[in-house]
Amino acid sequence: MSRRAVITGVGVVAPGGIGTKAYWQLLSEGRTATRIITHFDASPYRSRMAGEADFDPVREGLTPQEIRRLDRAAQFAVVAGREAMADSGIEFDQLDPGRIGVSLGTAVGCTTSLEREFIVGSDRGKYWEVDASYAVPHLYDYFTPSSMATELAWTVGAEGPVSVVSTGCTSGLDSVGYAAELIMEGSADVVVTGGTEAPLSPITVVCFDVIRASSTRNDDPTTACRPFDKTRDGLVLGEGSAIIVLEELEHARARGAHIYGEVAGFASRCNAYHMTGLHPEGIEMSDAINIALKQARADATDVGYINAHGSGTKQNDLHETAAFKRSLGAHAYKTPVSGFKSMIGHSLGAIGSLEIVGSLLAFEQDLIPPTANLHEQDPECDLDYTPLVAREKKVDTLLTVGSGFGGFQSAMVLKKVEGAGR
Amino acid sequence: MTRAVVTGIGIASPNGLGPTAYWRATLHGEAAIKPITRFDSANYWAKIAGEVPGFEAGRHLQGRLLPQTDHMTRLTLVGTDWALRGAGVQPNDIPDTDIAVITAATAGGYEFGQRELQKLWHQGPEYVSAYQSFAWFYAVNTGQISIRHGTRGPGAVVVSEQAGGIDSIGHARRQLRKGVQLALTGGMDSSLCPWAWVAHQASGCLSRNNNPKRAYLPFDRDAAGYVAGEGGAIMVLETPESAAERPGTRIYGEIVGYAATFDSKMPSREPGLKRAAELALRDAGMDASEIDVVFADAAGIPELDKAEAEAIKGIFGPYGVPVTAPKTMTGRLFAGGGSLDVASAILSIYWSAIPPTVNVENVVPEYELDLVMNEARHGKIKAALVLGRGKGGFNSAMVVREYR
Repeated sequence: MSRRAVITGVGVVAPGGIGTKAYWQLLSEGRTATRIITHFDASPYRSRMAGEADFDPVREGLTPQEIRRLDRAAQFAVVAGREAMADSGIEFDQLDPGRIGVSLGTAVGCTTSLEREFIVGSDRGKYWEVDASYAVPHLYDYFTPSSMATELAWTVGAEGPVSVVSTGCTSGLDSVGYAAELIMEGSADVVVTGGTEAPLSPITVVCFDVIRASSTRNDDPTTACRPFDKTRDGLVLGEGSAIIVLEELEHARARGAHIYGEVAGFASRCNAYHMTGLHPEGIEMSDAINIALKQARADATDVGYINAHGSGTKQNDLHETAAFKRSLGAHAYKTPVSGFKSMIGHSLGAIGSLEIVGSLLAFEQDLIPPTANLHEQDPECDLDYTPLVAREKKVDTLLTVGSGFGGFQSAMVLKKVEGAGR
Repeated sequence: MTRAVVTGIGIASPNGLGPTAYWRATLHGEAAIKPITRFDSANYWAKIAGEVPGFEAGRHLQGRLLPQTDHMTRLTLVGTDWALRGAGVQPNDIPDTDIAVITAATAGGYEFGQRELQKLWHQGPEYVSAYQSFAWFYAVNTGQISIRHGTRGPGAVVVSEQAGGIDSIGHARRQLRKGVQLALTGGMDSSLCPWAWVAHQASGCLSRNNNPKRAYLPFDRDAAGYVAGEGGAIMVLETPESAAERPGTRIYGEIVGYAATFDSKMPSREPGLKRAAELALRDAGMDASEIDVVFADAAGIPELDKAEAEAIKGIFGPYGVPVTAPKTMTGRLFAGGGSLDVASAILSIYWSAIPPTVNVENVVPEYELDLVMNEARHGKIKAALVLGRGKGGFNSAMVVREYR
């Protein structure tokens, strides 16, 4: 009997609101939450916008020690994790902790804390020999991002397999794919997974500035991320977290759980092409899609919705449009596609999981959130990108994809599960 | 079930480059922990490390790769070249989509990152390297290996502090089971720069003893922390069918069992290392009596040493199995440590010898450990258990066996 991995709980910290409800409201209304950066003075930088989460750790119930110890990204993961746990209805303390795992995605880990502490220890970069006497006690936790998996594991009481999966901007998809593999192979019955990222600090902004990947539409930050629009000029950074409770199907059925959907297929591919560039043919993303569909025992024509990477760069738009056509053929033209980064920005290692959760909510509501800011479709992008307004559609099988630095291309097929009542 | 065999090993270790030099040095107990030369340690209380000597990246890699890579990526790329050469894999031998790349990381290209942070804050944003966006992040080594060798199969990076080197190999084996033919896997790590050193000192795990012979003494009554090092191992892991397509391919050994567990925060719960070892044995379908040697995590921190000794005793009985920690020669290599231990275990099987633990003189008697000290032990080794732990609660165990 093959084991299947289903989603039974979700939790979100996102720009535009904390919690799944606020997140769905934003997506379904097609509103945007990108703005001029308020976390620090971004005026010296080329791109000065981001999707920022209005997150108050005290209001979200974190303790003084948690607030002191945890990088903002870890705080997001703990808060989203608690929402996902409650949503799942699982009494975690009643489970065998050895059968609970954690797989957390992040691209840049605790960079924000590391940069803040570097500025102090080096006195604004004056000293190469950073002064150790200014080190904060939890500096080593910021040094390696596995500390965030530790925090999430503590939150849920996991004693099974725990790790961080860090594959740049596909981390949020790949971590969930990794979790599904743990469940399918029998290493765990419940895996708390997803992604988290709080990358809004000068060094990360500059990283994208110097390679001119980010948008400079600083005078119009709410509409700056425009995937598939011919006026697009780059990505807009974001932050947030989505945590997902993934559970073995029979385990979920035995307790009468509400099932959002199944991780029916997942594949990742390296493009062996360029650390930051994409080949316009989209061959590797298409390969990943084909394998994920095959694993899900789904045909291309079963796909009712494609959640695009939609980062807002021209090379991405052409790349994934080509990949969708290569894999779905004529059906690609009949399938609604949309990109959530137009609304919440690109939260690197978290976005893949935020996109999974948004897509699952689309399942629930029979409503496909739109691509915001898409007024003048690029003629080279000739699919149906669901511009501006959400669309009612009943979907049973959907595809979500991601693409990232390092050449990573990932695809996941989510399916509705029969008899998944609430 | 799909089997996974090791056919190529690339090693960069403080006591040897390449499997032959490394193994010779390791069997002879050649320690390589020395005063730090990579940066001025005058202002830090920890002054020794295991540095990889004689590694000139420019002799192995094209010039264009140098400005875009951190030291740890250069070690990784060269180690991967060696592993592929050792396995006799030529370009186009294997379809490019049938090769996976799965590496471990802890802190990414940290020295590169420090340099760019310094430029940003001292000189200004326009001085930051265009390569910073990927040279520092944790995914860099998998991406760079894939590009260098044109591999278009699955790619992943796992981070579980010092247990990650084992986890990456476990995940690579998963990819073989999902249908790829070959995986490049393991970890090479380096974080020997001042900004990393401040974090290492803050971890509370580094030894304050700067005598290279007395600093890192796992299981010893004088254990008081570890020494940081750099390097690790990248392996070619493939199915026996894949290896058979290249006649004459040497099979070093087989990965037969793997498991990972996590330690609860609650003091009432038992640490998970023993459970990881038991699950790995079960995964291998083997009994503890079939294990000829344990490559210990060997934290060098009294409470962790005690927990590990109890786990080993609990499975094998008092003095029930030879235990060794060749990492006493190199220091702990972070994401590289677990994979170098797996490589050592495989070499142990291949060469029928257990490398020694050096510098340890007085094993805590209550541990009841048969620690292989000072000199290698020669004799047939059929199977080995490798243990690894990462700060924060990560435990991983891997069983390797001779290939039959």
